[in-house]
Amino acid sequence: MSASSIAPVRPGRLRARRRETLSALLFISPWLVGFLIFTLWPVIYSGYLSLTDYDVINNPNFVGLDNYTAMFEDPKIALSLTNTLIFTILSVPLHIIVALALALLLLRAARATGFFRTVFFLPKMTPAVAVGVLFLLIFNGQDGLINRVLGFFGISGPYWTTDPAWVKPGLVLISLWTIGSSIVILLAALKNVPTELYESARIDGANFWQQTMRITVPMISSTIFFLAIINTIYGFQIFTEAYTAFFGSGNTTYSNDAALFYVIYLFQQGFQYLHMGYASAMAWLLFVVILIFTVVQFAISRRTVYYEGEAR
Amino acid sequence: MTTTTGRADAAELALAPVQAGDPPALPATQRRTPPRRRLGQVLVYVALTVFAVVFTYPFIWLVSASFKPRSEVFDNLLIPKTFTIENYLNIWQEAPIGVWLVNSVIVTALAAICVTASSALVAWGFAYFRFRGRGLLFALVIGSMMLPGAVTMIPTFLIWNGLGATGTLTPLWAQNLFGSAFYIFLLRQFFLALPRELFEAAKIDGAGNWRIFTRVALPLCKPALAVTLLFEIQAAWTDLLRPLIYLRDSATFTIPRGLKSLLDQFGFGGEWHWEVIVTASVITTVPMIILFFIGQKQFVDGIATTGSKG
Repeated sequence: MSASSIAPVRPGRLRARRRETLSALLFISPWLVGFLIFTLWPVIYSGYLSLTDYDVINNPNFVGLDNYTAMFEDPKIALSLTNTLIFTILSVPLHIIVALALALLLLRAARATGFFRTVFFLPKMTPAVAVGVLFLLIFNGQDGLINRVLGFFGISGPYWTTDPAWVKPGLVLISLWTIGSSIVILLAALKNVPTELYESARIDGANFWQQTMRITVPMISSTIFFLAIINTIYGFQIFTEAYTAFFGSGNTTYSNDAALFYVIYLFQQGFQYLHMGYASAMAWLLFVVILIFTVVQFAISRRTVYYEGEAR
Repeated sequence: MTTTTGRADAAELALAPVQAGDPPALPATQRRTPPRRRLGQVLVYVALTVFAVVFTYPFIWLVSASFKPRSEVFDNLLIPKTFTIENYLNIWQEAPIGVWLVNSVIVTALAAICVTASSALVAWGFAYFRFRGRGLLFALVIGSMMLPGAVTMIPTFLIWNGLGATGTLTPLWAQNLFGSAFYIFLLRQFFLALPRELFEAAKIDGAGNWRIFTRVALPLCKPALAVTLLFEIQAAWTDLLRPLIYLRDSATFTIPRGLKSLLDQFGFGGEWHWEVIVTASVITTVPMIILFFIGQKQFVDGIATTGSKG
């Protein structure tokens, strides 16, 4: 195999190589076509649209950077960005901490691990629309289950679905319900930590907390990092649960502003007001924000994340 | 399996605090479980049980509420005071649930089958063949995963609009004919792990590229194909954003879009027929629960590999 690359290329071999390239292109052609039509062209066209006024009915009207400057003056952009940031910054660390705690518990469940893992994963199967409905019902300020339980302990719970200060914490809490895949991923990572490390730490007299912080967390830091990146990207694009619970036709009952997340506002601008140029500009801002967060996370990870067997 | 339990045991050991004067590293099997460790184990089970209740209760609450009459939906009782199946009988008159279910089944089936077939083709192209530009093209596959859906959302809508496909189910699944970056990545990893000698042997036996792919590679790849199929069934069944963008007429709704319209109509519309919404939520969710119990192992294994590949 390796000799072939050194040997001078004969015409027959050249033909064989060309045939292999052709076959490969045939196999990957579905993706290639899809990439050109549904990724590359939309990216270019979305960049162009962001410089225009476009309402689908009339032709795009070039306006330069007007959409971008308008975003700075639109209070709802600042509002929806702040809402999204708060949600992401609250939910991502909490998500990882709770998932790690549950995974550590699962690891100690011996034969019952499988059963409890199933139970913790199951809510992940719930369609996000149904999660939005459940949020309205269970977190209802007056009759909701959560406040009934809190009331049982003598705490009068907040109006989660109407009080602007409690809408986002409520959505963060219900998002923890669908934490299942993170638990599964962390459990798999925990099982790969070499047991010798714990044995020697125990001999050195390290307690459980020290072992967790000094061995477990560093050893699975690449997985934690992966979850942080993925959940941040998802967090910035939160849509369905909040849209279901707080937006849509006829909804005047609940306070919308506290749940106006960025993609919801983008969707409204693009598909309800048909401001397609403005919505395209919004999409690019979102892309830049996510990119910045990802780059920062990678920069932090360079100093803090351990990759087994990899020279980084 | 043995290594797994071995590790779990060692981790339990790690939990036990070392007491002064104890012989430090005696294997657990050689002595009786010390009382403090047994207490720790009991606490672990207590904590797990409490969390298990927290994680399952919303389901139970929802299912229980769907068997209650309107006035009792919010009573938070586990066992309905008045048990009724009226809601499940009436909902078919309240809304075209049957049509929505059929639409969802069509979209989900087409989406899952198309994406699995096309992604497998593409993944095989990247895994088996050696060609110039392979690295670059595959980097594009990975790179396209990083792009937020919002960026391509509007031009993609304009494409379907230009083709006159808005208002039909087509935009909800047809893009899956072109493969999906995440599944291409997943399946390629799986193909790369197969021993190459198998395919060389088939080649020497005179099998062509198509034959090697369909007769040798695909059968070996069944577990990964199952993961792809199940993941996409879940994604397609639960999607709300695309139905919101593309569907206007109630007769074309998928079940999550229908549920949202019921919430708008009966919840926010001021009529407060929560029993309809609760029942529709159960109908929307149950197929996913069944799916999970059919493919539990594939779901768990598939997600665990996703994490390790990161």
